Amino acid sequence: MKIGITLRGVAAAAAVSLTLVASGCGGGGESGGNEASPGAAGSEAAENANLAITFVPKNLGNPYFDTSDKGGEEAISEFGGKYAEVGPAEASPDAQVSYINTLTQQQVGGIVISANDKKAIGDALQEARDAGIKVVTYDSDTEPEYRDLFVNQATAEGIAKVQIDMIAEQIGDSGEIAILSASANATNQNAWIELMKKELANHPNIKLVDTVYGNDKDQESFDKTAALLQSHPNLKGIIAPTTVGIAAAGRYLSTSKAKGKVALTGLGTPNQMRKYVQDGTVKEFALWNPHDLGYLAAYATKSLITGEIKGTEGDKFTAGKLGEYTVGADNTVVLGDPYKFNKDNIDQFKF
Amino acid sequence: MASLTAPAEATTEAARSYLDHGAPLWRRVLLTREMAIIALLLAVIIVASAALPRFATPVTLGFLLLDVMPILLIALPMTCVIITGEIDLSVGSMVGLSSVLFGIMHQTGLSIPLAALIAVLAGIVGGAINGILVTAVGLPSLAVTIGTLALFRGLAVGLLGTTAITDFPRYWTQLAKAKIGDTGIPQVMIIFVLLVIIFAILLHFTTFGRGIYAIGLSPEAAHFSGIKVGRTKLILFILTGTIAALAGVYYTLRFGSSRGDNATGMELQVIAAVLLGGVSIFGGRGALHGVIAGVLLIGVLASALRLAGVTADVINIITGVLLILSVVTSSVLSWVQRRRARPRALSQGGSSAS
Repeated sequence: MKIGITLRGVAAAAAVSLTLVASGCGGGGESGGNEASPGAAGSEAAENANLAITFVPKNLGNPYFDTSDKGGEEAISEFGGKYAEVGPAEASPDAQVSYINTLTQQQVGGIVISANDKKAIGDALQEARDAGIKVVTYDSDTEPEYRDLFVNQATAEGIAKVQIDMIAEQIGDSGEIAILSASANATNQNAWIELMKKELANHPNIKLVDTVYGNDKDQESFDKTAALLQSHPNLKGIIAPTTVGIAAAGRYLSTSKAKGKVALTGLGTPNQMRKYVQDGTVKEFALWNPHDLGYLAAYATKSLITGEIKGTEGDKFTAGKLGEYTVGADNTVVLGDPYKFNKDNIDQFKF
Repeated sequence: MASLTAPAEATTEAARSYLDHGAPLWRRVLLTREMAIIALLLAVIIVASAALPRFATPVTLGFLLLDVMPILLIALPMTCVIITGEIDLSVGSMVGLSSVLFGIMHQTGLSIPLAALIAVLAGIVGGAINGILVTAVGLPSLAVTIGTLALFRGLAVGLLGTTAITDFPRYWTQLAKAKIGDTGIPQVMIIFVLLVIIFAILLHFTTFGRGIYAIGLSPEAAHFSGIKVGRTKLILFILTGTIAALAGVYYTLRFGSSRGDNATGMELQVIAAVLLGGVSIFGGRGALHGVIAGVLLIGVLASALRLAGVTADVINIITGVLLILSVVTSSVLSWVQRRRARPRALSQGGSSAS
């Protein structure tokens, strides 16, 4: 009996797989017939603006993008669009390409993306645009030819100025300061440092005595902070224009004698800096507000989809509660001045 | 479902009479893990085509094949390596290293074919390093290739740092994505089909290929039957390195970007697909058609789930569960087969000795 049952089961399994093979051939043949459907969907979309906007962050499960995409979701619900967020688990360009391809097939109205590579996702974005989808980059741009608009969180000038302003305020506009940067050839940081040096011309009593590099590694940045304090006993302030650096410097200062005597500021994230702000090591630091960034990007995408703007320089659009924005050079919209985080507001931010 | 059960009943009858005649040839062909994976692949394709209006289009097919191409390519030699009972974890890093070398050679002014040749040469050297350490020095391949996984990736990232080389000629980047007419099938599939034919002949129709299985079943027995175990393994590691480097060149052109972190973690995608395709991690069993179906199954599932709006984490969970299920069912199946074989051998012993 037992044998009989097993054999019947086996034979049935074989039969099912045979049937699957047969119907599989049929399925393959039919696929050609469905070619017209994406086109039909496209023309429908053209009739009434397709406000299905999908956010593609660098990766999912990243608190920074959770915050920014929540801003996008808020904006999209304000203007009655359809919000979605897709993205890879790891921040790699090839994984993003798969998602862009899928969105192209789904015929969404707009893609808001933070690029994992300036070039690698370009062709996929171009295919999406050829299919009538509006492409807006936020946080991290592609080469300009691949997108309709870039929503920039802050300009390099703005970032440089806010850091000098903060340090000047915290040390009473006079004394020795040092910079703790990322690596010696980090493009962004070097550009900011150059601009900070220019900005320092307006503060004759502040003297930049040293620039050191922690290579965006926690321990190295920690050690470099210790070395700075040792070699410059009169140091009054440190600027760390990198989130890794400022957190490591905060960790060092919070447990050293210099706590409260040497000011620390720069670019950091609220989650990393919260305890140093609360324990008084750091008065104020800056970054942009990712929530507003996502919010603005959503409105920019909507304006492109409805045809309100083309994305060219001089175009104006209104972004809900943030007010009116104008498209600048290189089809870029700038969110505004960097956002300052201090004791009073840091608890509102969870990234 | 109803339509599936009716013909199933009908063929059951035929199958039983066939079995009663004691000619299990088509059963041997159809009731294998390879066929189970192929059936599952077809089932997923059918369900996805029915449930997702935009799935059954040439566009999907094109994107899908482009996405899985590097995995398809590397899975071919990886199948052979795993059948011998070894493993090569360095392939993902080799793709990255090849991509970086290809980019740097292109930047120094070499033509694309020449740059590709140098990248592939690096693959041969890298594969030979793995092979020599495993065969001549006698180290376990798991340890050796974990080492070269770190080494090749370190070299790749060290050579380019965090920068990327992206100025590849449009002709070549377009060629990497070009389709055959309106079919949606990428032209690079031609290269893949050629390689499949070569590997299928090598693995299934040559003494070298039979040797690969023999080594996987028992290296000592293989050695005493006159199979050059070391040489066979060395050749397979070199082949794996070479194909991984080739995949690296393709990967670079496909995304138009040479980066040190390209294809990070790809080795696990390749190995997962190979195991899903019915190759035993202990060596000695497996076939290419199952592996190809395994790669496509993971690719089709991911593509369909993405179209359905499922997030990346859930896709990973489903792929993982599928892999575990496939390993579990294969051991359950072999247990059932052993149970069945025993009483049958007893009953056959008396009646039909012929």
